[in-house]
Amino acid sequence: MSGSLWSEAWRRLRANRAAIGGGGLLLLIVLAALLLPLLSPYDYYTLDWQHLYLPPGAHGWHLLGTDALGRDLLVRTMWGCRVSLLVGIAASIVSVLIGVLWGTTAGYIGGRTDALLMRAVDVLYSVPFIPFVIVLTVLFGRELLLIFVAIGAVSWLDIARIVRGQTLALKSREFIEAARVAGLRAPAMILRHLVPNLLGIVVIYATLTIPTVILFEAFLSFLGLGVQSPMTSLGSLVAEGAGRMQSFPHLLLVPAVLLAAIIFCFNFLGDGLRDALDPRDR
Amino acid sequence: MLRYTLRRLLGAIPTLLLIATLAFAMLHAAPGGPFDSEKQMLPEIQKSIEAQYHLDEPLWRQYLRYLGNLAHGDLGPSFQYRDTSVNELIAQGFPVDLAVGGTAILIALLLGGTIGVFAALHRNSWWDHGLMAAAVLGISVPLFVIAPLLILVFAIGLHWLPPGDWGGISHLLLPAAALAFPYTAYIARLMRGSTLEVLGSRFILTARAKGLPLRTIMLRHALKPALLPLVSFLGPALAGVITGSIVIETTFGLPGIGRYFTTGALNRDYTLVMGITILYGALILGLNLLVDLCYAALDPRVRYAR
Repeated sequence: MSGSLWSEAWRRLRANRAAIGGGGLLLLIVLAALLLPLLSPYDYYTLDWQHLYLPPGAHGWHLLGTDALGRDLLVRTMWGCRVSLLVGIAASIVSVLIGVLWGTTAGYIGGRTDALLMRAVDVLYSVPFIPFVIVLTVLFGRELLLIFVAIGAVSWLDIARIVRGQTLALKSREFIEAARVAGLRAPAMILRHLVPNLLGIVVIYATLTIPTVILFEAFLSFLGLGVQSPMTSLGSLVAEGAGRMQSFPHLLLVPAVLLAAIIFCFNFLGDGLRDALDPRDR
Repeated sequence: MLRYTLRRLLGAIPTLLLIATLAFAMLHAAPGGPFDSEKQMLPEIQKSIEAQYHLDEPLWRQYLRYLGNLAHGDLGPSFQYRDTSVNELIAQGFPVDLAVGGTAILIALLLGGTIGVFAALHRNSWWDHGLMAAAVLGISVPLFVIAPLLILVFAIGLHWLPPGDWGGISHLLLPAAALAFPYTAYIARLMRGSTLEVLGSRFILTARAKGLPLRTIMLRHALKPALLPLVSFLGPALAGVITGSIVIETTFGLPGIGRYFTTGALNRDYTLVMGITILYGALILGLNLLVDLCYAALDPRVRYAR
C-alpha cells in the first residue's frame, strides 16, 4: 500500500514542471560542484600574484576569472557550493532527527509529557536564536561541525510542531490501536509505526529546511563567522564579492547567482513535493 | 482579554529570565575576558578596572547583580565603549532599527498584499505565474545579496539614492527596500493563497449571487478574512526583520544596534551582548503577544477566555 502512495506521489511530482526543473538544475549544480574542481587545473587555495582580478575567460583555464588573491573563481565557487550544500544537508538531518523524535514523543505519549515538551518549544520560539548562534560561533571558534550543530539545533522547532500534529491525527487510527493492543511499547511504536507514516511530511520539511539552513550558513559566513579561509562557502564568497563590487561585479554576481539558484531549486522542489505527497492542500 | 494579556505578560518573565541566563552562561563559559588583550596593561591597572566592573567577584554574585539591575531596567555599563551605558547605546541605535524595520514591514505589507490579491484575482494567468515565480525568486535571494545589488544599481549606477550612512528619508529608502524584499515575496504568496481560499467560500458566492460588484466584494467581505494568515505571519516576520537589520546595518553602515552585536561578542563586551539579546527577546515576546491580540480582534472565532 505504501508503495502505491509513493509511486502516485512520484507521478504527481513528474507532472509538476517547476519542481522537475528545480530538481534537474539542482542535480546539475551538485554534479558541477563535485566534478569541476577535479577537472580544473587550479585548486581553491593557491595564490597567484601574477593574475589578480582576472576578468572571466581572460587567461588560461580561469573560466570565470580570479579573485583578489589570484585564486580561480570557478573552483572557489564550486568549493563554496560543496560546503554550502554539505552544511545545508547535514544540519537539516540533525534538525529533522530532533524534530521528529520530539514531535512524535509529545504527540504519542500525550498528557503531561506533551504539555511539557511543547511548552519548551513555545519558550524556545521566543528565544532570539540568531544572536545566540552568532555569540556561539564568535566565542567558540569557527568549527564547521559547530555550525552544523548550532544551525541544526535551532531549526527543528517547526518540524517538531508539525510532526506532533500529524502524530495526534495518526494516533486514533486502527492500525496504531491494533499494535497497542498487541502490546507494543511506546519507543517501538514510534519508530516502527509512526515515523514511517510521517515520512512524507518529513521529506517535505527536510527539503524546505535545507534552503533555510543554507541561507543561515551564508548569513553567518557573510558576517565573517562561517568557515575559515582559504576554505570558503557561498556566503563568504558573496561577502568578499560585495566588498569589491564597484570595480569587479563578477566577483559578487557569480556566487550570488549560484546561491540564489540553489535556494530557488530547493524551494520549487519542496513546493512540488508538498503538492505531490500531501494531497490535502489540493 | 485583559486577564489573558496579563497572564501572557507574566509568562514572558520566566522566558526572559531563561534568555538572560543562557546568554550569561554562554558568555562567561567562553575563553577570554573583556580586558584581556588590551595593549599590555599593568596587572594592577587591569585588576582595578576589573574590580570597577565587578569582574573580580564570583560568577553567581555577578549574575545576581546583573539580574538585580535588569529588574530596574538597567543593562549595565558597556565594557567596550567606556563611560557609556548599554541603555544609552540602545537608546541611540534602536530608533534607527525601528525606522528601517517599520518602513520595511510597511512596504512589504502594502506591496506584497497588493501583489497577492492581484495574482489571486487573475488566477492561472501569465500575470499570476510570473508574479509567483518572482516571489519564489524573492524568497530565494538572500538579503546580503539584495542589499549590495541595490547599492550597485541605485546608488553607484544610477546615483538616485545615497549608498549608505544615515540621515533623512533618502537614506532610509534603500535599506528599507532591501529589508522588505523577502517579506514582500512571502506576503504575496500568503496573500494569494488566502485570497483564493476566501474567494472560494460560500459567503463570497452569496455576495456574488446578490450581484455585488467585485470591488465591494473584495473590500467589504473578502479582505478581512484573507488578511488573517498575514497577521500570524507577522510575528516570525518581525523577528526576521531584527536579524535582517544586522546584515542591513553592516552593508549600509547604519548606526543601529545590530552592528554592535558581532563586535560586542568579539570583544567580550558581556553587558552589551546580553543587553541586545534580552532586548531582542523582549521584542519577540511583545510582538507575538500583539499579533495574537490582533488575531483575536480580527477573527470572532478566536476568543481568549482565560
